[in-house]
Amino acid sequence: MPSSTIRNQAYGWLLLTPAAIFLIAFTHYPAIATLGQSFFSESTVIRPAEFVGLENYQIMLTDEVFWKVVRNNIWYAIGTIPASVALAMIMAIWVNGKLAGRGLVRMAYFTPTILPMIAVANIWLFFYTPDIGLIDQFLSMFGFSGRNWLGNPETVLSCIIVMTIWKEAGFFMIFYLAALQSISPELEEAARIEGAGRWYYFRRVTFPLIMPTTLFVLINAVINSFKLVDHLFILTKGGPDNASSLLLYYIYEVAFSFFDEAYAATLTVVLLVTLAIIAIGQFLLMDKRVHYR
Amino acid sequence: MIGYHGIGVWLEKAAAWLLALLWISPLIYAFWAAFHPAIYATRFDLLAPLTLDNFREAWSQAPFARYYLNTFLLVTGILIGQFVLCTLAAYAFARFEFSGRNIAFALVLVQLMIMPEVLIVENYSTMSKLGLVDTISGIGLPYIASAFGIFLLRQTFKTVPQELEDAARVEGCSWLQVLLKVYVPLARSTYLAYGLVSVSYHWNNFLWPLIITNSVETRPLTVGLAIFGAPESGVEWSIITAGTLLAVAPLLLGFLLFQRQFVQSFMRAGIK
Repeated sequence: MPSSTIRNQAYGWLLLTPAAIFLIAFTHYPAIATLGQSFFSESTVIRPAEFVGLENYQIMLTDEVFWKVVRNNIWYAIGTIPASVALAMIMAIWVNGKLAGRGLVRMAYFTPTILPMIAVANIWLFFYTPDIGLIDQFLSMFGFSGRNWLGNPETVLSCIIVMTIWKEAGFFMIFYLAALQSISPELEEAARIEGAGRWYYFRRVTFPLIMPTTLFVLINAVINSFKLVDHLFILTKGGPDNASSLLLYYIYEVAFSFFDEAYAATLTVVLLVTLAIIAIGQFLLMDKRVHYR
Repeated sequence: MIGYHGIGVWLEKAAAWLLALLWISPLIYAFWAAFHPAIYATRFDLLAPLTLDNFREAWSQAPFARYYLNTFLLVTGILIGQFVLCTLAAYAFARFEFSGRNIAFALVLVQLMIMPEVLIVENYSTMSKLGLVDTISGIGLPYIASAFGIFLLRQTFKTVPQELEDAARVEGCSWLQVLLKVYVPLARSTYLAYGLVSVSYHWNNFLWPLIITNSVETRPLTVGLAIFGAPESGVEWSIITAGTLLAVAPLLLGFLLFQRQFVQSFMRAGIK
C-alpha cells in the first residue's frame, strides 16, 4: 500500500511539526548554540566576538568560584538526595499501612510539594534569622546564644539542605506510594504465614520490589539538585562569599549580573554535560534492569 | 498486616504522626504569623487577637491583583498550548508509521533532561531577537512543547484499541475527528493528571520568569513575591508572610479541596 504509506509519512510529520518547531527552538538549538558560544569571546560594543578556542574553558578551570559552586553542588546533592529519598520511602510505607488519620498524615507530608520554592524560602528565612528567628528563639530557651545561620559559611549550606529535604521528600513519597500499591497483598499475607517480621519483609520483599522506583526517584533527585536554585534568590543570594551558591545560580549571575554571556555559556556546557552523563547513566541502569528481568 | 501488634508498632505510628506534625508546622507557623499582629510573630499566645491587617497591608504594598492575572494568563496559556501541541505529537508517535519516528522520539525525550530553565542564556537572546522579552508569551513559549506531555499522552494513546479507530474511519471520520472523538475522550484522566502537574509547576516556576520579565504587567506571582519579600525591601515579616500566603492560596486551596485527584495525578504522571 504505497499510497497509504506516503500518507502516513506525511501525516506523521505534519502532526509532529508544531511541537518540533518549539522543541528545536527552545531546547535543541539553544543547547548547540551554547556549545558554540563557549568557543567565542564575549562581544562588546567596540569588539565583536571572536573565536578563542578553549580559552573560556581555561579561564573556567582557574576560576575559584567555579570550583566552589561545583563543590557546593556536590555537597548539596549528597546532603539532600539520600535523606529525602529515605524519608520518602518511610513516609510512603507509613501512609500505605494501617494508620489512623492516614489522609491527614499524607496531606501533611505532601503539602510542601505544591508550594513554590520562593514561598518556602520566605517562610524558612524567618526560622534562620539571627536572634529573632524561630530557631534562635528556641535555642535561647536552653541558654544558647544566637547564631547567624545563613550568614555563616559553615552553616549556610546545611540550612539550605534541610529546607530542600523538607520540600522534596513528600514529592518522592508519591512515587513510592504508587509502587507500594502495585505490590500484591498476597505477598505480605504469605510472609506473615511464614512468620516473617516487618523489617525482614521490608528488606527481602518490599525494598527489592520498589527498586525501579528508587532508581527513578534518584535520577529525579539528582536532576533537581542541579536545577533547583530559586530559594537562593531569597535566602542567601549565593553568599556569604559564594558558600551557598550552586552551578545554575552562578550561571545566572555571570549572564545577568556580570553580563558575560560567553563565560555563562561555558558554564552551561558543564551543566549540560553533567545532565547528559546522568541521562546515559539512567539509560544503562535501566538497560541492566531489563536484562536482570 | 505483618506484625501489627506490640509496642514497636505503636511507636511507629507515633513517629508517623510526629513527622507529619513536624512537616506541616512551617506552614502552620506561616498562618500564625500572617493572621496575628506583628508582635505575636514569635510569641505563641493562644489568646492573641486575630487580624487581617497583614493581608490588607500586603495587598496594598504590591500589585497582587495584577500578579494573579499574569499568573492566571500564563498557566492557562501554557496549558492550552501544551494540550494542543502534545496531543498532535503524541498522536503522531502513537499511531503513524513514519520514517525517523524513533529518532524523533528520542530527540523529544532529550527535553526531559535538558529543561528550558537550564538554557537561560541562549533562550533569553532568542526571546530578545523575537521581541518577546517582558511578555507573558515570552515566559510560556519555551514550555509549550513538553516532552513530558508528549510522552504521557503517547503512552495513553497506545492503549486505545486500533479497532475503535478503524470503526470511526469506516464511519468516514477524518484523522482529526478520530483524534477528537476517540482518542481525546479516552485519555481524559491523563489530561487531568498532566494538567494538574503542569498548572502547579508553572504556578510555582520562578527562574525563567524572573529573567524574562521586568515589569508589573508581566510578572507572575512568584517573581512579584520575591521582589516583595526580598530582605532588602524592608517589609515587615508578618506582612511578607501574608503576601506569601496570598501567592500560594489558590493552589493550596485547590490542593486541599481536590487532594485525592492531586495525589493520584502526580502518581499517574510518575508511573508512566
